Amino acid sequence: MSTTAPMPPKKVNRIGLDVLQYRGSKTTLCAGCGHNAISERIVECFYEMGIEPWSVAKFSGIGCSSKSPAYFLGMAHGFNAVHGRAPAVATGALLANRNLLGIVVSGDGDTASIGLGQFMHMLRRNVPLIYVIENNGVYGLTKGQFSATADLGSKLKTGVVNDLPPIDVCLAGIELGATLVARSFSGDKRQLQSILKTCIAHKGLSVVDVISPCVAFNDHEGSTKSYSYMKDHEEPLHEIDFIPHFEEIHVEIPEGEARDVRLHDGSLLRLRKLDRDYDPTNKLEAVRMLHESQKTGEVLTGILYVDSGRDNFTDILNIVDEPLATLPEERVRPSREVLDQIMEELR
Amino acid sequence: MSTTQVTSVEPFVDGHGKAVVNDFSIQVATVNGSGSQTANNVLMRSIFQMGVPVSGKNLFPSNIAGLPTWFTIRASKHGWIGRKKEIDFLVAMNPETAQEDVAKLEPGAAVVYDEPLKLNTLRSDLHFYAVPFDKLVGPVCPEAKLRKLVRNMIYDGVVGWLLGIEFDEIRKALFKQFGPKKAKAAEMNWNAVLAGRDFAEKNLVKTDPFRIERMDQTAGKIIIDGNAATALGCMFAGVTVVTWYPITPSSSLVESLIGYLKRFRVDKETGKATYAVVQAEDEIASIGMVIGAGWAGARAMTATAGPGISLMSEFVGLGYYAEVPAVVFDVQRVGPSTGLPTRTMQGDLLKNAVLSHGDTRHPMLFPSSPEECFTMAGTAFDLAEHFQTPVFVMTDLDLGMNNWMSDPFPYPETPIARGKVLTEEDLNRLNGFARYADVDGDGIGYRTLPGTKHPKAAYFTRGSGHNEKAQYTEREDDYINNMDRLSRKFETMRQHVPKPEVVLNEKASVGLICCGTSRYACEESRDQLLREYGLETSYLRLKAYPFTGDLSDFVSRHERVYVIDQNRDAQLLSLMRLELAAEEIARLRSVRYYGGMPLDARTVTDDIVRQEGL
Repeated sequence: MSTTAPMPPKKVNRIGLDVLQYRGSKTTLCAGCGHNAISERIVECFYEMGIEPWSVAKFSGIGCSSKSPAYFLGMAHGFNAVHGRAPAVATGALLANRNLLGIVVSGDGDTASIGLGQFMHMLRRNVPLIYVIENNGVYGLTKGQFSATADLGSKLKTGVVNDLPPIDVCLAGIELGATLVARSFSGDKRQLQSILKTCIAHKGLSVVDVISPCVAFNDHEGSTKSYSYMKDHEEPLHEIDFIPHFEEIHVEIPEGEARDVRLHDGSLLRLRKLDRDYDPTNKLEAVRMLHESQKTGEVLTGILYVDSGRDNFTDILNIVDEPLATLPEERVRPSREVLDQIMEELR
Repeated sequence: MSTTQVTSVEPFVDGHGKAVVNDFSIQVATVNGSGSQTANNVLMRSIFQMGVPVSGKNLFPSNIAGLPTWFTIRASKHGWIGRKKEIDFLVAMNPETAQEDVAKLEPGAAVVYDEPLKLNTLRSDLHFYAVPFDKLVGPVCPEAKLRKLVRNMIYDGVVGWLLGIEFDEIRKALFKQFGPKKAKAAEMNWNAVLAGRDFAEKNLVKTDPFRIERMDQTAGKIIIDGNAATALGCMFAGVTVVTWYPITPSSSLVESLIGYLKRFRVDKETGKATYAVVQAEDEIASIGMVIGAGWAGARAMTATAGPGISLMSEFVGLGYYAEVPAVVFDVQRVGPSTGLPTRTMQGDLLKNAVLSHGDTRHPMLFPSSPEECFTMAGTAFDLAEHFQTPVFVMTDLDLGMNNWMSDPFPYPETPIARGKVLTEEDLNRLNGFARYADVDGDGIGYRTLPGTKHPKAAYFTRGSGHNEKAQYTEREDDYINNMDRLSRKFETMRQHVPKPEVVLNEKASVGLICCGTSRYACEESRDQLLREYGLETSYLRLKAYPFTGDLSDFVSRHERVYVIDQNRDAQLLSLMRLELAAEEIARLRSVRYYGGMPLDARTVTDDIVRQEGL
C-alpha cells in the first residue's frame, strides 16, 4: 500500500486548542510512577473542559508530587513553593486575582506531615482551589521514609514496619470545611477524569486524594499503597458521570438509581448507585463510610462529599469582582481630601 | 538619692526659687488594665494643645491586667521628644511599685500619691501631695464597677491644677479621646477631673517648681502612633493584600489598617472591598500568602516582630531567589517567647539583612518618625515591585506603639510604580520573554502576572535552580550567572533607596551614626555634648540598607565615629563592617543600649564622654 491517508483534521476543543497545548515539559519522574498518570488526566480534563490554560495557576510544595505541575499545562503560570506551604502561596495568589483557576498538586508528606497546619486552614477557609494529593505513603525524593498517610502495619522495602496510624486526609477535608472531597486511584482513568472535571466546575475547595503507587520505594508486598494492593482493595463508591454546563444532558437515568448534584456553574454531578444509595451531600454519612472502610481495610473511592452551597474564601472576604492585583490607582489610593480629613481627626 | 540622704526641700513659691517651665517629665505609675491609658493620653494631649512639644511613652508588661505599667510624658520647650531618663514628677498609683518608684527619684522631684500609701514618710527631699482617690471617686461615680477606671481621671485634675494646665484644654482632650458616641462616659470622667481639681485647690499647697505654660510650638501638628502612621502609609500606597498573625508590637499596625481600609477602601457602588485582609494561622502562612499575592501582582504586605521574622525565614529566601515583591513591616521588640515582648529593641538588623539560607540579601528601610512610617511604607512597596524582592521596614515598639507629635503627612506626589510587568500587548510586540534575563543591565528582569491572556505569558517559578528562561537547571554556569545578576540587582538598589540625613560640622572630628528611633537620643546627645563638654559632632542618620556612598564619605571625614545601637551586639555597626573599607572600619566606635527602654540622650552622652576621655 503506497497511498498515504489524508491528514485527519486536527482535533480541537471548544476554545480551539488541541490537547498538545495542554501538555507541560517532559516528566523526570520514574517510569510507571502513578503521578505521571495523574498529570495525564489533568491534561485531558482541562483540554476536554475547554479551559483557557493561561487562566490557570499551578502550585506545589516540595517532593516528587510537587515536581509534576511542570509536566502539565505549560501555558499556565506555575509556582513551586516551599515544603508544605503551597496552600499559603495559592491562597495569596487567589486573593490577588480571584479569576484564576488554581490547582495545587501536593504529596502525602507535603500535605499530611510538614504541611498539615496549612492544609487544615486552607480547608477551613474553603479557598477556591483544586487540591490534589498524590498519595503514596512514602517520601520518594528522600528515598523512602514513611509519611503520615502510611497505613498501620505497612512495610517499607527495607522491612521497616509502620507503627503509627495514618492521617486520613479525606476525613480531615470533610471535617474541616472542604466543599468537595474525593478519593481515587491513579490507575483508574475513568473515575479520576470524572472527579477532576467535577473539581474544575466546583467553585470552592476540592480535595482529591489519589492513591498513587511509588514504583521505586512503595510497590512491593507489604505496602498498602502498591498497584497490586489497590487492585485487591479498591471499592468504588459509585460510578460518576459528570456533565459540564455547556453540554446537553442526554443520559437517561432509571429513577432511583442515580443522584444529581448541581454545581455552582450549572454543571451536573451524577452519581450512579452501585450497591448503596449514597448521598454525597450528607456529611455524617460520608464520615461514617470512611470510618467503616478503615475498619474493613477497603479503600473507598469516588466523590465522598459535596457541598455546593457554601461561600468560598473570596466571597467571604467580599472582595471586588476584578483582580485586586491590577486595580487602577484611583481605586486603591484614596484622595487627597481623605488624607486631609484623617489628619484633621488627629489634631 | 537614697532615703538616708535626707535634705530638706525649699518650698517653691512664686517669686522664690526658680520655676521649671515646659521642660520636665511626668511619670504615672499604675497597674495595667486599670484604664489609666485614657487618663494619660488626655494629660499628654492637653499639654500638646497648649502648644508645648510633648512625647508619651507607655512602658507596659506582657499582661492584660494587674502588673505594673508606667506612662511617661515629657514636655520640652526645646522640642526634645526622646525619653528623658530622670523623672521630675511622679504620680504614684500602684502600691506594688510605689516605694521603688519614689526611691529612684532625684531630689526635688514631685510626687502625687494615693493617700493610704503614706509615701511622704519615705523621703524628705521631695514634694509630696497626698490625694484620697477612693474618697473622691465615690460621689462622681455611683457605679462601683466603673470606679477603678474613673479614679484615674482624678489625677488628671490634681496634676492639671499643680502644673497649671488649662482646664478647657483638658476638657477638650478628654471629649476628643472619648469621641461623640461616648459623650455620657466623657461627662462622668470630666466630673472626676473636676473632683481632682477641686480637691487640689482646697487642700494642696504647691511647693514644686514644675509648670506648663502656653507656647505656640504645636500648631497644625497631629498626634499619632507609628503603627497607625504605617497603616495610613500602606493604604495610600495602594496595598491590596494584607496578611498577619497577631504579635506584639505589630498587631495594632494591622488593626489600624483594617479600620482605615473599611472606611476608605470599600467601593461605594458595589459595597465590595478593594483589598483582602487575612489573619493567618501563623507567620509562615502570612508570608506565604504575601509571596503568592505578590507573585500574582498584588501590593502585598504583612506585619510582624522578631519571632515572626524567624518563622518567615525560608519563604523570604524563596522570595529573594524567585524574585517576588513582598513588604514586611518588622516592629522590633525584645526576645523570643516570654522575653520582654513589650520592650523595645533594634534587634533584627543583622538577621533581616541576610535572612534565610544561601547567599541572600534584603533591603531594609529605617523610619524614625510617624511621618517616615507613612512615607516609607510607600517607598517600600515601590522598591519591592521595582526590584521584585522582599523589602523590610524596620520600625520598633517605641515608634510603633507610642504616641508621637508629628507634622501632618504629605499626600504622595508620585504615581504608584508597579515595576517591570509585561502585558498581553507587550508580549505580542516582543513575541515572548525570558523571565530572568538582564535586558536592561540593572539586574532586574521582566515578569508577567498569572492570568495574562497570552500563550507565551506563563513561566514556572521556583527557587534558585533556574536559568534565564525560568527553566529548571542544576548547571553550575546557570547558577553562577543567576547569583551574579542578583548581586547586580542589589548594587542597583543603592541608587534607589532613601539617602541618609547628614549634618556635617566642619569643626567636628567626631561623628555619630544611628538609625530609626535612636535619632531622638542622638540629636539631644549632640546638644548635651556641645553644651556640657564643648564637643563638636557631625551626624548621619541612616534611612536604608543597602547603604549608599554617603556612609563611607561620612566615616572617612571623621577621626572617630560612634555608631549607636539599641542592641547588645552592635548590629548596625556589624552591618557596616561588611561594607566599609578596613581603614574606615578602624574609625568606628560602638555605643550600645539594650535594657528594653526607649533610648535616652543621657545614656548616649555618658558613653561617648567616657570613650572620649572627657
